[in-house]
Amino acid sequence: MPAVSKGDGMRGLAVFISDIRNCKSKEAEIKRINKELANIRSKFKGDKALDGYSKKKYVCKLLFIFLLGHDIDFGHMEAVNLLSSNKYTEKQIGYLFISVLVNSNSELIRLINNAIKNDLSSRNPTFMCLALHCIANVGSREMAEAFAGEIPRILVAGDTMDSVKQSAALCLLRLYKASPDLVLMGEWTSRVVHLLNDQHMGVVTAAISLITCLSSKNPDEFKTCVSLAVSRLSRIVSSASTDLQDYTYYFVPAPWLSCKLLRLLQCYPPPEDGAVKGRLVECLETILNKAQEPPKSKKVQHSNAKNAILFEAISLIIHYDSEPNLLVRACNQLGQFLQHRETNLRYLALESMCTLASSEFSHEAVKTHIETVINALKTERDVSVRQRAADLLYAMCDRSNAKQIVAEMLSYLETADYSIREEMVLKVAILAEKYAVDYSWYVDTILNLIRIAGDYVSEEVWYRVIQIVINRDDVQGYAAKTVFEALQAPACHENMVKVGGYILGEFGNLIAGDPRSSPLVQFNLLHSKFHLCSVPTRALLLSAYIKFINLFPETKATIQEVLRSDSQIRNSDVELQQRAVEYLKLSSIASTDVLATVLEEMPPFPERESSILAKLKKKKGPGAVSVELEDGKERGELNGGADRGGEAAIAASNASTPSPSSDLLGLRSAAPVGGPAPSAGSLLVDVFSEAGPAASSTRVNDDGFLSALHAPEAPDSRLAEGPGDADSAPPSAASEDPAPPLPESDELLNKFVCKNNGVLFENQLLQIGIKSEYRQNLGRMYLFYGNKTSVQFVSFTTTVSCPGELQSQLNVQTKPVEPLVEGGAQVQQVINIECLTDFVDAPLLNIKFRYGGALQNITLKLPVTINKFFQPTEMAAADFFQRWKQLSQPQQEAQKIFKASHGMDTEVLKAKLLGLGTALLENVDPNPENYVCAGVIQTKIQQVGCLLRLEPNAQAQPGEQMYRLTLRSSKDTVSQRVCDLLAEQF
Amino acid sequence: MQFMLLFSRQGKLRLQKWYVPQADKEKKKITRELVQTVLARKPKMCSFLEWRDLKVVYKRYASLYFCCAIEDQDNELITLEIIHRYVELLDKYFGSVCELDIIFNFEKAYFILDEFLLGGEAQETSKKNVLKAIEQADLLQESETTFASSCVKLIL
Repeated sequence: MPAVSKGDGMRGLAVFISDIRNCKSKEAEIKRINKELANIRSKFKGDKALDGYSKKKYVCKLLFIFLLGHDIDFGHMEAVNLLSSNKYTEKQIGYLFISVLVNSNSELIRLINNAIKNDLSSRNPTFMCLALHCIANVGSREMAEAFAGEIPRILVAGDTMDSVKQSAALCLLRLYKASPDLVLMGEWTSRVVHLLNDQHMGVVTAAISLITCLSSKNPDEFKTCVSLAVSRLSRIVSSASTDLQDYTYYFVPAPWLSCKLLRLLQCYPPPEDGAVKGRLVECLETILNKAQEPPKSKKVQHSNAKNAILFEAISLIIHYDSEPNLLVRACNQLGQFLQHRETNLRYLALESMCTLASSEFSHEAVKTHIETVINALKTERDVSVRQRAADLLYAMCDRSNAKQIVAEMLSYLETADYSIREEMVLKVAILAEKYAVDYSWYVDTILNLIRIAGDYVSEEVWYRVIQIVINRDDVQGYAAKTVFEALQAPACHENMVKVGGYILGEFGNLIAGDPRSSPLVQFNLLHSKFHLCSVPTRALLLSAYIKFINLFPETKATIQEVLRSDSQIRNSDVELQQRAVEYLKLSSIASTDVLATVLEEMPPFPERESSILAKLKKKKGPGAVSVELEDGKERGELNGGADRGGEAAIAASNASTPSPSSDLLGLRSAAPVGGPAPSAGSLLVDVFSEAGPAASSTRVNDDGFLSALHAPEAPDSRLAEGPGDADSAPPSAASEDPAPPLPESDELLNKFVCKNNGVLFENQLLQIGIKSEYRQNLGRMYLFYGNKTSVQFVSFTTTVSCPGELQSQLNVQTKPVEPLVEGGAQVQQVINIECLTDFVDAPLLNIKFRYGGALQNITLKLPVTINKFFQPTEMAAADFFQRWKQLSQPQQEAQKIFKASHGMDTEVLKAKLLGLGTALLENVDPNPENYVCAGVIQTKIQQVGCLLRLEPNAQAQPGEQMYRLTLRSSKDTVSQRVCDLLAEQF
Repeated sequence: MQFMLLFSRQGKLRLQKWYVPQADKEKKKITRELVQTVLARKPKMCSFLEWRDLKVVYKRYASLYFCCAIEDQDNELITLEIIHRYVELLDKYFGSVCELDIIFNFEKAYFILDEFLLGGEAQETSKKNVLKAIEQADLLQESETTFASSCVKLIL
């Protein structure tokens, strides 16, 4: 027999194990096991009562078979019988079997608990320990119910042996972790804490694990442990390496206990007591100093134990995050480890520095190691170390080093291990977005990401780049140009096709002026990828095509041909077929106006946390399984959000635009047939130029935004053009001071009370279009200034001001525009608005520029009105009337009776009321002719609930028709203002 | 600590100790995955790896791998020395321990582990004290065996 069996108990067992080892095949092993199982079964069932020794031997064999990976369905009873044996070894095997193989068989649990109870009360320390080990190993709720009350008593009793105390402490810990509700320390708390002072190091070592766990859950009850822990730690740290005898490990005094003490302290803030804190800081300094001392042994165990304490001390320093001196020392120490020859230390140093990077005191110190970390990313042989290096680069990234770090991570991606690519991609995407100074760099980075690691670019990443491009008009031209170039590659990743399809579908017009990226070239490029793509991508491309028909009427015939082909219109995939059919029909029957409306440019996405960040958080979160689950959930959510492109046409046709009636922008309705004129010198972004990203003054040609902003109200007013007409421009003040608001500025303002988009102002020179969106108390307004002439405007400036008290009511921020507006070009300006409290006046917009030497000076009222900050509120009739009654004080109500200046068309009225921002409540007013609405005005400092009732006398003769409008709100000024604004609308 | 596994270079599990409840099926799955992952690693690689949401600390002694799964806030280096101390205990008890000792005396390996670690935490880190507890038990056992074998002789 090969091995000597120590203690020499069970010869039969050794023979059996030996037999199993000699089996040549799995089948032979199973055969041998089945033979043994049959043998044991017959022994257990046999008439002859088995003696303790045989029982022990067979139970042990069963255990062995189980540990080999086979199922065991009998023998439990025999094992339980062993528990009540008086012989230590039989009891021990019985407990081992129970510990390994117990299942929640209630019959058995009761018997087991009985045996444990007997052993616990036996006053025989070895038996007590066995019983406690069993409870700690099983840790079931039934055991907690039976023993959670008894064990604390054993733990703190004066006459309990040390070894029993140790087992009791950890046994209690296990029960507390499994069933915290059943383990109540109560009166024992203080005595348990004082185990930290026990003179037996083993007792302290065991007890501190329990105390740490309890402290982390109830820090207040256990807070006296802090000073005890500090003094214990101080004694260990200052002891000579031999003082602690057997608790010294390779010349390091009590490393396990030291680590646990430092860990316990991390459950608490820095000690308030100055003396305690001083002592602790001294300990931490000593630990840091020791790291610099020459090692007392060359053994790795010595350095591991020493460094284990050091790392735990650094964790505590980082946890306190209040001692700049210690933080910087910690950082320097870790910096040394970054170059250590032990891989383990390099790994841990990278990991620990990650947390250090987030402290303001040490962030800069961490950054100094950037080159070493980049080097680690490139040269470490072990993927887990490289992973840590990537994590650290991510953590130390800020605006100052973002470009370098992102570039390094991108180049690493080309050779990175498959296992970490996806996470790397997410990190690069997040850093690129977070620290983008100019968004063209961001777009470049993401497209590179797709090029290098397309397979690992999750949906979130490409959704996000689209969200950002849609929301940031300064990058749209550049994005179109860049994707167009990227798609030139003969083999490009499908994700690139998705991004390309979406972006060209939205912004292809911005590069269409260049013959090298003319509409047809763009289309052919996209369509050349079509056949290689999966169904969802093809669906997206079909949507891009229909958008092309709208953007570029000259592509209509070609695209219709494609849609009409059998491979589309008879495609076996329902989604593709449906799109092909619907888009084909849409393009054939809809008028240009309708088409333009349906296929309008996507509105900006609401600002929200990057979904990529959420994904990364989840990736780092618990368990791979849950990640996948949440992943699915998130995808669903995103389909509703970001994937709107795919559903663009459908979504748009369901017109969620606030004013569905007549005010939709006549998008591109004036697009010239036959493509951009070759003479259109004011071409858009030059596709192949090496010039930087398009500035905010994206130049547009005739079918660009200018015509897009052509509101139906003034279809003919832009005929006048050329310098000759300048004289007929409205007289403008010669002074440099802002002119007083135009007389018609109030009227212009009123046009926008119930709508958000349209043309605000137009004369022979200039057209000003507006697009705006509001959410809560925030608003964003895009102003489009179009130069209608062929001569440039110089010294073009715009100023937004809040006169008088408006200054304290609205917070308005703008970015300056380019001072030069070329002839035929359009510049855009974004205005961010925050409503602090309710207000009456409108901000003033002053525009000044020189046209042919003459100063133009125009002041308008910016259509920001209080109702823009309405949140619609749905409520039932009963609620409405209850609130209506609550607002019955005279000053809360404002009322106007006025003549109808337009017809009383129900749909038009409803559209206007919806455009106001309130919810239109059906079936509330007993008179169905009347309209009632409710909404809450959101300002920064308060919310103002608002109820509205509009009563028309529709039966009256035309010309006699009147309205009565009643507003009630919790604030008199609001009632009055909304009433005044709305009365002008009918 | 959540669990400790001992397995051979061939991937045979020699000892398993679970400190948090897991279903048998899950235990087998975890074991399979982890054994594969660790065996695939090269000798000079570091002893730590992230695995699911746990940290795995492992070290190879001759033909046996000792592998512990610890939680996020646990200390890797001290866990490495937990492993080493356990190896020392086995070595001292068996006298130059080898894999066969653990196969043939698996129950002893469990008993020693229980004296050293309980509920996943160090119970007694003094080598002397752990071995004292085990040897005490062996003394009891030996007196019993001598008694039992003498009985057998008497009957014969």
